[in-house]
Amino acid sequence: MSATKQDVRSRDTLGASALRPDGVAKVTGAFSFSSDMWAENMLWGATLRSPHPYARIISIDTTPALLISGVSAVLTAQDVPGKATYGLISADQPVFASEYVRYMGEPVAIVAADHPETCRRALEAIIVNYEVLTPVVDPELAMLSSTELIHPDGNLIRHQHIVHGDPNAASDITVEGNYTIGMQDQAFLGLEAAMAFPDSGGNGVELHIATQWLHEDRGQIAACLALPEENVRLVLGGVGGAFGAREDISLQVHCCLLALRTGKPIKMQYSREESFFGHVHRHPAKIWMKHHATKDGKIVKIESRMVFDGGAYTSTSPAVLINGITHTQGPYQCDNAIVDGYAVRTNNPPCGAMRGFGVVQACFAHESQMDLLAAACGLSPVDVRLKNAMRTGDKLITGQTVESVAPVERCIRETDAIPMPEPMSQKANVLEFPGGSGRTADRHNIIRGVGWGVSIKNLMYSEGFDDYATARCTLSDGVASLKFATSEVGQGFVTLAPQIARSVLGIDEVVLETSDTQIGSAGSTSASRQTWMSGGAVDGACRLVRERLFEHVGKLHNIDPIRLMVENTDIIDTVGTFRISVSDATQGITISETFEHHHRKTEDLDENGQGNCHVAFAFVAHRAVVDVDVELGLVKVVQIATAQDVGRVLNPLSAIGQLEGGIAQGLGLAVMEEIIMDNGRVKNPSFTDYLLPTALDAPRVVAIMIEEPEPQAPLGAKGIGEPPCISVTPAIVAAIRSATGKALLRVPVRPQDICL
Amino acid sequence: MNDPIGNEMYSLHVNGQDRAVMDAWVGESLLYVLRERLGLPGAKGACEQGECGSCTVLMDGDAVCSCLVMAATAVGSEIVTVEGLVEQNPTMAVTAHAITSQVTDVQQAFITEGGVQCGFCTPGLIVAVHHLLDKNPDPTELEVKESISGNICRCTGYGRIFAAVEAVVQVRKANS
Ligand code: FES
Ligand code: FES
Repeated sequence: MSATKQDVRSRDTLGASALRPDGVAKVTGAFSFSSDMWAENMLWGATLRSPHPYARIISIDTTPALLISGVSAVLTAQDVPGKATYGLISADQPVFASEYVRYMGEPVAIVAADHPETCRRALEAIIVNYEVLTPVVDPELAMLSSTELIHPDGNLIRHQHIVHGDPNAASDITVEGNYTIGMQDQAFLGLEAAMAFPDSGGNGVELHIATQWLHEDRGQIAACLALPEENVRLVLGGVGGAFGAREDISLQVHCCLLALRTGKPIKMQYSREESFFGHVHRHPAKIWMKHHATKDGKIVKIESRMVFDGGAYTSTSPAVLINGITHTQGPYQCDNAIVDGYAVRTNNPPCGAMRGFGVVQACFAHESQMDLLAAACGLSPVDVRLKNAMRTGDKLITGQTVESVAPVERCIRETDAIPMPEPMSQKANVLEFPGGSGRTADRHNIIRGVGWGVSIKNLMYSEGFDDYATARCTLSDGVASLKFATSEVGQGFVTLAPQIARSVLGIDEVVLETSDTQIGSAGSTSASRQTWMSGGAVDGACRLVRERLFEHVGKLHNIDPIRLMVENTDIIDTVGTFRISVSDATQGITISETFEHHHRKTEDLDENGQGNCHVAFAFVAHRAVVDVDVELGLVKVVQIATAQDVGRVLNPLSAIGQLEGGIAQGLGLAVMEEIIMDNGRVKNPSFTDYLLPTALDAPRVVAIMIEEPEPQAPLGAKGIGEPPCISVTPAIVAAIRSATGKALLRVPVRPQDICL
Repeated sequence: MNDPIGNEMYSLHVNGQDRAVMDAWVGESLLYVLRERLGLPGAKGACEQGECGSCTVLMDGDAVCSCLVMAATAVGSEIVTVEGLVEQNPTMAVTAHAITSQVTDVQQAFITEGGVQCGFCTPGLIVAVHHLLDKNPDPTELEVKESISGNICRCTGYGRIFAAVEAVVQVRKANS
């Protein structure tokens, strides 16, 4: 693929609403998503999946499939040349199930054929004999020592205990609750898709893939293929959203295996139904939480027990669990705590990363608790939160000091100051009623409610992981070209990176090279980390280039380089009159520098859950206004007011898009989105039955971005991707509670939870 | 490609041109034929069930989900995909401040108002919005929401998409 040329706008530097360089391609249909690839002589790949959540495989007969005209290959576990399993944290997930299938939809075989329909027929022809077993689907049961182990690594994926301060601290008031969070799907629009090209000779493969982390994929793929990493080249295919669901391997290894076996390019893409089985989901969780407080509402101690259902394989469960339990207190001061968290293996679909990563679950519990506490002490939801609001320098229940800018109080106050929406007008169209186009709500049964949610979210990776991102900047003839392996999944790093280069280097024209594995890792596009990490890498590379440019100019014009600086598009002498445009100064020369940005080190938690395990934190407040038809249990979210701690706004247009998009996903979890499980079986793997927010469900969002630059962050900006979707969910549920008086201890809130 | 399962031959009228489809399997959707046989991958498949609108194209002036149309039944219809919009709307082709390519006013507004993130929903939405504004040049906010409620966008939360539609309506009003 060739480099993409940037359109030139006047000074689209940091802080400007620079437009997406891929915008034209995306609006005209010319942008190539990974599913849009096509190659001469290509074959289609497809996957046979287990219909059972738990079963023993007695036999697999692939011969009938191989007899079908147009079928080129049928592969099963015995055809994996390298490592039989993969995984982000623990390689416990088989490329193909061999002895046991452990969740409904687990891959058993793959085929390559000349047409998707031929693939379908081939899959149908494969004969698998199963001995169907009783699935273990309740994590509480799965943890018991009397329960059979459904995986050689055991049923308990991780347990972590936290004890902080005085576990016996006494208080005047206690409030407690048992909360349930349902299984949410990332539901990115661009289904899993990839194209693999085998090297002639079969000793290597090039995979074009929509992923969040090229290098991590490469390592896992190469191990399964038994190829050296350098023989596995990954190129980022156009990514149609990710939200965590592309952090794990899905079809990567399969696609490469088929390409290597057939010697032909292989195109694989999942259907929507298959996608529901093909990637990990947000962990369903059960959380018990008890707050101890003084009479006037100051938190004294929190106790909690959290159980995350990890499903059949580990994925990122250990990290999700740690995020959950280390955010137990929310954005509030708390000196004493006892928390136990469990991530458990079951025969449910594997769960892993999704925007918010464990904090979503904890936040629903702690924010529900804050409202109970408010009621118990006669405080308003706002006052109880202000009273306990965390500040920079406060300690977490892990003993870690929050060094990040922590404008929690400001987030709450500025959200509170946003005007409330008008009451529903007498002339309101039925489409604006709860239930929308169902047109069933009765105006007289509609009650309005208001609710609050505030959250803290860690940024970047935790627990000692040496997290880094790499970028290269090459400056020549007034044009900067940037190279990085950062996955653009829609978030807009391709917009931001040129902004950084323009700001640092004083050039306008920036070219982005292909994102692939021909440079060092950028880490994953997750954990709200790319602006900070890859942004830091681009910034660092550009600064190194600038330093060398100053040396070059200084030498040529006999000026000490230390006196030079960039002003707009010129290099100037700060103590003289010398001035030259960067474009002129770089004619005929090429300067190239690569920079690796590492964030500061973090530590593991000890057995008491103490340690500086996180890097930095961001905060946000949400206030939700809802209309509820209390008879029918229908909800319309009218307005979301929010003030978010962003550090610094680098691109206002991109930033608001992150806030609004995150809010819609949090709304989905609050009132509509859930993968419904029945004894290990997914009941609703389609967009007909898994409901997503549409344009009619979108609330009016009134957003304030709080800019207090973060000293630790290379650009002063915090990650902003995850916070918007976290506390909006409890805020909406609190609003429904205030309209209905119901306890509503689970999300999503279903009509029957309201009206029955 | 040797394709033993299909031998259908027909011709579709797409973006003003007659396009021959050869050796097709009769069960192929219009979406599949556009994308895989005619080299027009602009329309996207994200549910293949008529639920997401990513595959929206115009068929005889109506916005349809091309995943639900059997390609062989589209013979004789006038089909316009996102790739054909600039030509179909020649008077609206603009060269924006930041955009040097030819795009329609709707396409431009999606870029300048921030209506595009991953962009997977975008082609379908662009076609749907063109269709809406052709039929109803001055829609109310609710009409806009209703008319695009069959187009799922997972990234934007729709706010910037509403802004894009509003911007087009205002510009068109000012120009008329
Ligand atoms: S792919 Fe046609 S509506 Fe979703
Ligand atoms: S921009 Fe990603 S789905 Fe709409």
